[in-house]
Amino acid sequence: MSATSIVSLPDQSTATMPKRHYINNEHGLLSWLLTADHKRIAILYLISITFFFFIGGAFAGLIRLELLTPQSDLVAADTYNKFFTMHGIVMIFLFLVPSVPATLGNFLIPIMLGAKDLAFPKINLLSWYLYMIGGTLTLAALVLGGVDTGWTFTTPLSTHYLNTHVVTAATAIFVAGFSSIFTGLNFIVTIHRMRAPGMTWFRMPLFVWSHYAASLLMVLGTPVLAIAIVLVALERLIGIGVFDPTKGGDPLLFQHLFWFYSHPAVYIMILPGMGVISEVISTFSRKRVFGYSAVAFSSVAIALFGFFVWEHHMFIMGVSNYSALVFSLLTMLVAVPSAIKVFNWAFTLQKGSITFETPMLYAFAFIGLFTIGGLTGVFLGALGMDIHLTETYFIVAHFHYVMVGGMLMAFLAGIHFWWPKMTGRMYPESLSKLSAVTSFIGFNLTFMPQFILGYLGMPRRYASYPAEFQVLNVLSTAGATVLGVGFMLPLLYLGWSLKYGAIAGANPWQATGLEWQIQSPPLTENFIETPIMDHEAYDYEWLENKTKHEVTTVG
Amino acid sequence: MSHAHTDAHDPSNVTNPEHAEHHIVTPLQYVYVFVTLLVGTGITVGAAYVDMGVLNPIVALAIACFKASIVILFFMHAAYQSRLIKITIASGFFVFLVLIAMTMTDYLSRTWGLW
Amino acid sequence: MDSALTTPHTHEAHAHEHEHISLPQHRHHFETEEQQREAGSFGMWLFLLTEIMFFGGMFFAYLLYRNWYYPAFAAASNQLNVPMGATNTVILISSGFFMALGVWASEVRKKKTLVIMLLLTTIFGCAFLGVKYFEYKEKYELHHIPGNNFSIAMFVNPQNYPQYPDTYAEKPLAPDMAQKTQIFFFLYFAMTGMHALHMIIGIGLLVWLIIRAQRGDFTNGYVAPIENFGLYWHFVDIVWLFLFPLLYLINRHPLH
Repeated sequence: MSATSIVSLPDQSTATMPKRHYINNEHGLLSWLLTADHKRIAILYLISITFFFFIGGAFAGLIRLELLTPQSDLVAADTYNKFFTMHGIVMIFLFLVPSVPATLGNFLIPIMLGAKDLAFPKINLLSWYLYMIGGTLTLAALVLGGVDTGWTFTTPLSTHYLNTHVVTAATAIFVAGFSSIFTGLNFIVTIHRMRAPGMTWFRMPLFVWSHYAASLLMVLGTPVLAIAIVLVALERLIGIGVFDPTKGGDPLLFQHLFWFYSHPAVYIMILPGMGVISEVISTFSRKRVFGYSAVAFSSVAIALFGFFVWEHHMFIMGVSNYSALVFSLLTMLVAVPSAIKVFNWAFTLQKGSITFETPMLYAFAFIGLFTIGGLTGVFLGALGMDIHLTETYFIVAHFHYVMVGGMLMAFLAGIHFWWPKMTGRMYPESLSKLSAVTSFIGFNLTFMPQFILGYLGMPRRYASYPAEFQVLNVLSTAGATVLGVGFMLPLLYLGWSLKYGAIAGANPWQATGLEWQIQSPPLTENFIETPIMDHEAYDYEWLENKTKHEVTTVG
Repeated sequence: MSHAHTDAHDPSNVTNPEHAEHHIVTPLQYVYVFVTLLVGTGITVGAAYVDMGVLNPIVALAIACFKASIVILFFMHAAYQSRLIKITIASGFFVFLVLIAMTMTDYLSRTWGLW
Repeated sequence: MDSALTTPHTHEAHAHEHEHISLPQHRHHFETEEQQREAGSFGMWLFLLTEIMFFGGMFFAYLLYRNWYYPAFAAASNQLNVPMGATNTVILISSGFFMALGVWASEVRKKKTLVIMLLLTTIFGCAFLGVKYFEYKEKYELHHIPGNNFSIAMFVNPQNYPQYPDTYAEKPLAPDMAQKTQIFFFLYFAMTGMHALHMIIGIGLLVWLIIRAQRGDFTNGYVAPIENFGLYWHFVDIVWLFLFPLLYLINRHPLH
């Protein structure tokens, strides 16, 4: 049972849709809602996070519309507060955290490891239901009148001074948090216990490594957010608590607990994206990822260092100067593994046979934008600069460069890259290239002016601003419009391709991962026989030999 | 378990390298642990009424840690588990200590230089 | 284990290939029974890690405020009922002991013993909650439940409470420090309440396990649910092993 146990590759030009696959295996709505198949759950997640992405995006649009003029004229200031709060909560907890792990990770990790499913399929389904309950509660908070605490729930603002639906939103985040814990737990157990024979740790795709690191953060960080949120809710409901300075509590304790999760959470968001980029860069430069083990360990290092830096979100909040010094230095450490990744991707490209398919365009966008976002993060980690720049648009631009420019580009790269695998059909190449370029231009037009605005001192989270900032704000809003078009396009043409796209065949990119050696879309059981991994990850020679071998035997 | 099947499928135990033999703890061992826990409870209550100054909390927590350790090791079978499980348990306590220690850097030094 | 392995594994993808025999609860996506069992127990341990961090936040809050408001924490802590707390510790340790014996009974396939042990675990768990109820009730009567009805009377005027000798002997607290006892009681209720909530969930699961154990589900070699529930139950015990000294005991001789 060697590599021949893997389903043989159909030729791309003569590819036909397989008769039996996970999508047509069962029919009816219930077969989807009660499924335990990780691929179907990934599709459920994909549909739901896309829905919430556009909700969050709509609020982003409203924010930019309000900021078109210096006065707060579109909506009242407190409505504006609700807009950015909803934008933050929806985008962070309902889109970015589950985006790549719950869709692509869910779909691909078992296949990449040569397993039939995740370790706990029912818990996987439960995690989707928890996500949906969290999403529904968020929408409920929105419909009932909104929340205006900001996504950070800063105490005592959230506990004493606001009369909006904080408890509903807090419950939503608590529930969605458990969805994320269960996803992470499932991944860790699967990666430890379900690897196919021969799939050693250092033969796993880097996508799996980065998900492993992100899962550690999900499992260890999220419960601290949960308890912080529970205490906020209890303080509001019972009227007494540990975060109220008038009663002797310390509001900064909430900040510590909140950021103990929420800083690692940005690595939960970005690490899976980095995994996608490693796969895409390797495939389209037809080279093994340069310094495989360095990239693998840098994921784990980012996860580990991630727990030692959270206080840099609190430098201006009255924490100890000495402690701030320590955290500032530790923050610089995170730049090291991140830089290792960027340099290794660059070296992977060197002397590769690079082709510019859509996922690769998104990957290039990721590398450039993530580098800008990451480096401005180092500015913000430096104590002196932070005091000048924090709570300005500089910080908004910084994390949008990492989260939208980085994570969202990686998500789109991954969706395009694995779309043929998930649906069996190709997306329209020229249209998708257009949308990638549009997003890139729109993104930079939106957020580059915000770096300047922030540096000039425009504070974040205000509905109005001095008139001299208007030019840059208009540029930013114009960019947001272009960006919106760039994000709408994939929705339309990917939907179109479901029916009219060209048949993809098993391995349209000639990639090496196990997921490309089975039919697209895969069978419900993924593999007919348990595969045996007899080569290293990203071994293009192996793929070539295998393909040649098959040609000769068939011919 | 049919060993022939296991061998055929997983020659070098690659599917499950962290595998540990399953170990059954006998009731007598449980009784030892149970009695130790009861004695520990007795000592900790007794010690609370002896004035040892700063040592009181330290003694109480040391006994609690000891009791928790034997529950983890024997009631929860951690002593007989694979290295993976042991590392998992250790990492949980490690991250908990990171939370406490790193947050304490703020609280302990907040007033330094301010008086 | 061989004696019980009589049901042929009939999953279509495997059937043609080899004689794969397995228990009915064996899930198709695991290669071996052993792999499934170890995956389950590893998953449970990871879940317990999240529990450590969940309680960890509250333990940290306790550590912080005890250092900030030491006199209030000492006075409030000394008002707690040590005999009740100690009784509860013994009850909980016993419950854990029976749970451990339950795991053993399941491994050696003694159905009757298993059911009895699970019943004893449940009974002791309920007894713990019963004692907790009387403790909470006492706090309610003394207006020590944080909120609008909270009263600091007992801590500013301990001499009015001769029926509580521990408090009666204390020095009165200044009113502003006495206010901080509310933080102690909030943490007390948050931590013991969260612990009690875990016990209630555990008892719910126990009832379900007892019903299934009675059917003989766990004495045919399928130990995983009992074993994993045991891990959860022992974890809840461990939380109490720390809560008891921290909340009840360590302030009996406050430093002045």
